[in-house]
Amino acid sequence: MADTRTTSFPNAETTVLGADEIVINMGPQHPSTHGVLRVKLKLDGEKVVNSECVIGYLHRGVEKIAEHRSYQQFAPYVDRMDYVAAVSNGLGYCEAVEKLLGAEAPPRARVIRTILTELQRIASHLLWLGTHALDIGALTPLFYCFREREEILKIVEKYCGARLTTHAFRIGGLQYEAYDELEKDVERFCKDFEHKITEYEDLLTQNRIWLGRTKGIGVLTAQQAIDLGVTGPVLRASGVKWDIRKAMPYAAYDQYKFEIPTGRNGDTYDRYLVRVEEMRQSRLICLQAIQNIPAGPIMARIGKVLKPPVGEVYHSIEAPKGELGYYIVSDATIQPYRVRIRPPSFVNLQAFDTMVRGHLVADVVAIIGTIDIVLGEVDR
Amino acid sequence: MNALIEFFRPHLLPLLYALVIVAVLPLIVGYIVLVERKVMADMQARLGPMRVGPHGLLQPIADAVKLLIKEDIIPENADKMLFWAAPLISVTAALLALAAMPIGPKFQIADLDIGLLFILGISSMGIFGIVLGGWASNSHYSLLGALRSAAQLVSYETAAGMALISGLLLAGTLSMHRIVEIQAGARVWFMFLAPVGFFIYLVASIAETNRAPFDLPEAESELVAGYMTEYSGFRWSLYFLAEYVNMIVVGSIATTIFLGGWLRPFPNVNALNFLDAFPPLLMLVLAGYCFYRTPKQPVKVQKGFLAAVGLLCLALAGVLGVVLAPAAAAFKTPVHGTFWFLLKVFLYLYVFMWLRFTLPRYRFDQLMKLGWHFMLPVAIVNVMAIAVALVLHRPREAGGLDWGLGASLLVSNAGTLIVAAYLAAVGQRRTSPIVGDV
Repeated sequence: MADTRTTSFPNAETTVLGADEIVINMGPQHPSTHGVLRVKLKLDGEKVVNSECVIGYLHRGVEKIAEHRSYQQFAPYVDRMDYVAAVSNGLGYCEAVEKLLGAEAPPRARVIRTILTELQRIASHLLWLGTHALDIGALTPLFYCFREREEILKIVEKYCGARLTTHAFRIGGLQYEAYDELEKDVERFCKDFEHKITEYEDLLTQNRIWLGRTKGIGVLTAQQAIDLGVTGPVLRASGVKWDIRKAMPYAAYDQYKFEIPTGRNGDTYDRYLVRVEEMRQSRLICLQAIQNIPAGPIMARIGKVLKPPVGEVYHSIEAPKGELGYYIVSDATIQPYRVRIRPPSFVNLQAFDTMVRGHLVADVVAIIGTIDIVLGEVDR
Repeated sequence: MNALIEFFRPHLLPLLYALVIVAVLPLIVGYIVLVERKVMADMQARLGPMRVGPHGLLQPIADAVKLLIKEDIIPENADKMLFWAAPLISVTAALLALAAMPIGPKFQIADLDIGLLFILGISSMGIFGIVLGGWASNSHYSLLGALRSAAQLVSYETAAGMALISGLLLAGTLSMHRIVEIQAGARVWFMFLAPVGFFIYLVASIAETNRAPFDLPEAESELVAGYMTEYSGFRWSLYFLAEYVNMIVVGSIATTIFLGGWLRPFPNVNALNFLDAFPPLLMLVLAGYCFYRTPKQPVKVQKGFLAAVGLLCLALAGVLGVVLAPAAAAFKTPVHGTFWFLLKVFLYLYVFMWLRFTLPRYRFDQLMKLGWHFMLPVAIVNVMAIAVALVLHRPREAGGLDWGLGASLLVSNAGTLIVAAYLAAVGQRRTSPIVGDV
């Protein structure tokens, strides 16, 4: 046809442009794409007709590296995937290998793992809340969120010396014994934090501009969410009550009482509410866990050299961003034959196109923010 | 020769005022930016600039020097002439608007009969600078930002103008000087007679100056820097200057029309004359704080600088105090008037900053909807309601106020609020999410 132009989209649907349509590129160096995500948008005026995410700018071949490292050597690598929730990544990997070995971490280790992972969930959600609000134009919540996140990072630092890429756990238990004031520090944080969440909510939850920018934006129905394989808060905001901590309890989650918050409309606002409520629930879990940390060893007896029997295992945990799964194949050597990782951010990002169609350019940043992606995990 | 001197004599004082404004304003703008950063830091649990000078007091100077010596980039294929002229248009329009502003009872370059009209007209010219700059840059982001700015400024200027008319109806004159005098005669600021009008002007003026939550033209998370994207160095700082001078202009307009201009709070109540002691006392406190902090500065230069700032505050306190003496009564109103005027403008700008750090940003369609579907109708209804109230209780003299007029103004404002609530409810119902097939 004479009046159609073509672009470099590999996707046939986006290749042909109508007369009034333009293509713009967001990223990979855009302040609101949370790292090196590149989004190609086909626009009709300011309305998004079609979109395509281009990923891979941060690809490091984590899964391939695993095949050339021993089981213990690979553990620090997983911290570099979702680098804002390194503790959760480590937990998933350690538990997967333990399952492969048929070993189990001692009770003390499991409780401390739960405490640190829940703190990490709060830290991850805080980072999300701050940057999401910043994208929508609220400058101040970012600093409040970082103030509280700093407290969590201090606890993690006191425990293992590192703040971001922690390598906090070891296959079979814990890397380090908990330091003396861990309970006190966690308790103090949890006491303060209740009031702090209210502070964020005062700024945003009833704010008319915030409501206007998030309500009805990026709607994902329950069926769509399930079809796309979306997990975590994005799935729960669509009304599906699915949380691996309850469905297939790991670590010490079966000992604690907590609720799974769900949304109704599956829009950006519901996802915001779900995550804020999850922070409250994580705080409750931490408070319950520090009441009774069992004494005893922190490591199971698994030996120095790990040679799991021939076989395969899939183990998943509820990471802050969704289901984080590890599929490991062993050929009875000290190195895994194959490690395949199911990163929540990567799968959730696939819902982006469904969510963004028909919205305006200004909503694109809100939708990228609401999925809560970390590119280190998407690209691996 | 004598004839020449005679010719220039009446123009000497206005020339001096103009010189003061043009020379001092960029400095004031620099320090407003510093205050803004400090206020922002305070609200965000941080310290803000602390490195350059004591408490960052020299930061504006350092920023200005940096901008001046930066490389001046003109994009290829840009329209050089327009690219060069656009920021000048913006900054000239912004500065010219101050010509008719009564900063104090005597501190006014020209008291025009059509003062407000002149100010509104001239400050609207600034849009040319924005549109031309965006167009001349030859960049998509700049053009998009410029068009957004133009659309936003034009649509909110109507609401702002309507809101100002409510003040004008009460005053019955366009002369900025007379408007303040009439407020003195009425014994009440127009803010209390036309609160709805004042509030509409507050919101519309934020939008007019492209400040958050209406800062879409420069929404950094979407459009990088809007019309200023391709500008750098000194040209960029001219745009920046224009933006902040415009803030001062809208603050001054609001102060003059609604907040009693240079008048002290309750100027006619003799029992409250002790308020006259507030300006010198405020300066004394500032000076005291400077001297208190001086020994704590780490470097000798910083000690000296802070002491100098303290001495400056002390000198200002002296001036503000001396004019209180009965012998200098003639100077009291001009000096104190300027102080009160600037204080009100800064308080008005503080509200701007406060909102900026609290609220998220509107989306463009929401912004337009707010402007055309809500602000403008409410402003028009407000003008009509106040006009009706004034017709029903025609004051004996311009600005004269009695209980009947006060009561009918109260009723008219309440009526406007009811209309506003109705519009808000209708708008809420109409704003359905725009999701669907494309």
